[in-house]
Amino acid sequence: MQTTLEPQTSFEVSNKGFYGHFGGAFIPEMLYPNVEELRQNYLNIIADPAFQAEFWQLLEEYVGRPTPLFLAKRLSAHIGATIYLKREDLCHTGAHKINNTIGQILVAQRLGKKRIVAETGAGQHGVATATVCALMGLECIVYMGSIDMERQKPNVDRMRMLGAKVVPATSGSQTLKDATNEAMRHWINNPVDTHYIIGSVVGPHPYPDMVARFQSVISEEVKKQLLAKTGSENPDYMVACVGGGSNAAGAFFHYLNEPTVRLVAAEAAGQGISTGHSAATTALGKPGVLHGSRTILMQTEDGQVTEPYSISAGLDYPGIGPLHAHLFESGRGDFYAITDDEALQAGFQLSKLEGIIPALETAHALAALEKMNLNANDVVVVCLSGRGDKDLSTYSKFL
Amino acid sequence: MTQELTQNRITSLFAQKSERLLNVYFTAGYPSLNDTTTILRGLQAAGVDIVEIGMPYSDPVADGETIQQSNGVALDNGMSIKTLFAQLADCRNATHGEPITVPILLMGYINPVLQFGVENFCQKCQEVGVDGVILPDLPLDLFLEEYAPIFRQYGILNVHLITPQTTEERIRFIDAESDGFIYMVSSASITGSVKGVSDTMKTYFERIQAMNLRNPRLIGFGINNHETFDMASQFANGAIVGSAFIRHLSEKGTSPESIRAFVETIRS
Repeated sequence: MQTTLEPQTSFEVSNKGFYGHFGGAFIPEMLYPNVEELRQNYLNIIADPAFQAEFWQLLEEYVGRPTPLFLAKRLSAHIGATIYLKREDLCHTGAHKINNTIGQILVAQRLGKKRIVAETGAGQHGVATATVCALMGLECIVYMGSIDMERQKPNVDRMRMLGAKVVPATSGSQTLKDATNEAMRHWINNPVDTHYIIGSVVGPHPYPDMVARFQSVISEEVKKQLLAKTGSENPDYMVACVGGGSNAAGAFFHYLNEPTVRLVAAEAAGQGISTGHSAATTALGKPGVLHGSRTILMQTEDGQVTEPYSISAGLDYPGIGPLHAHLFESGRGDFYAITDDEALQAGFQLSKLEGIIPALETAHALAALEKMNLNANDVVVVCLSGRGDKDLSTYSKFL
Repeated sequence: MTQELTQNRITSLFAQKSERLLNVYFTAGYPSLNDTTTILRGLQAAGVDIVEIGMPYSDPVADGETIQQSNGVALDNGMSIKTLFAQLADCRNATHGEPITVPILLMGYINPVLQFGVENFCQKCQEVGVDGVILPDLPLDLFLEEYAPIFRQYGILNVHLITPQTTEERIRFIDAESDGFIYMVSSASITGSVKGVSDTMKTYFERIQAMNLRNPRLIGFGINNHETFDMASQFANGAIVGSAFIRHLSEKGTSPESIRAFVETIRS
């Protein structure tokens, strides 16, 4: 982790919080003290040896890290390349989200905060937040779009069982974007004693950088594991799905400066890019400001934020993190738009070939493999960001 | 202060009047698309000092339920910045009844303004006679770095906010970089979410009053009746009413009588 603390490259965040043209802190004055307090303290807090010791101990003993890097032989044979799966689905709570919530709850404690507020789309980040709040004995309030609460009911029940208060966001499209608005409003109304745990690499600086650092454990482990298995720490491709983009940011982090490693991001095309029911931000968006940062954003000509659509609640977001906007604009990343159908098919395929039921979000990353024109000697790592139990009701409609 | 700003209606207003100023907010395109100039005229006739017109946005994070809901309705009605400028186009001339002389502020979020083009936006503001803007999610340092010269060129004020959590050092900085007035957010809150004036608020009002800032101050958030307006006016140059007026428009309509009745309940 120490190696991740020094900004070294143009893909690292600037002092003012920008990745190229994207990022910054576009926040109302009401949020300025909170965000400024975090900005002034997060690097020192993370660098503190006592923080590092507690963070790593919890990742190992509570989350279950390191997660395995698994050679998927039957999938490899089917695709015609060597495919490794980074098993973030085996983390406690079933997804990579907890890497970030462990880090942020330790930051919140050191800032003296008594209450945690969070937004959630699929419910994975909400569950990961409720989990660490239970672990640390902090009050937890999670905002969730009322439509998402219906389609991800098991996760709502899990959050409640963990002692969190789940509040429906009833405005706008009643999904992740609106849950984020409500969580920000809650933070505005409770500025002193509350920490907002953002679940992705979005939001005002320093959130995108802080979340990417906590998730960077993914690529840190992949490097060591791949070296042991193949003799090289670098794959030819690193593949991950992108909604806001936290698992992708973690999977890409230690490869940002390795130009031989292609970074591949799978976005949700929904019913198709040109159908009006899509969440493929880089294909459909243009530069704008959402939730505190300048990024690529799906919007109308008048600058109103477009309601996104995806079968997967975790990718149903009209923006992407500013790091990913920069990867897209600079050409460092390859972005693929994956439809609902393609994702479903990839989800069923992995289940049958490898005995692993992936989250619908993750299934988008797996579907990208079919589009990448891979060669037989290519080595590919796919970030298997979450498990599919939460999506069974959706999958079962297509059984 | 530049020459453009000395001719600004808001700076002129504060040069003449320093007590009990009333600024009333409404959302453009609410309740109906073409209500903008009707409400504007109603507020002017009722004697308000400044009118603040909201440019509706899909994701107004600093606003509470009432204003957020009015933003949604206005967008569904088809309101946009372009339409708003068209509606305001000849309001300063006497071609359609009484000319509008009251100072006008536009309030909104940065993304629609960025898509419209910041320079284009300022130019249109000058053209139709808008005096200033409030863009809560455009941070001060970024404004100063990228946009302040454009605003100055067209004589458009950018009004900045302070809150109970803003440090003294930052308030001094905001005061130094502000023209027109400072918008004092009464409490840690979004619009329309607080009721009345608490002792904590009074302490904050007194603390700011004692700072002897160079800019006048208007207090907003939670100002919804005569009592709160009076209290705010004791500690500042006046106050801003938003959500309460939106609720009034929803319940009592946009007629001049309805608007006058509302303004009278706040003032006396």
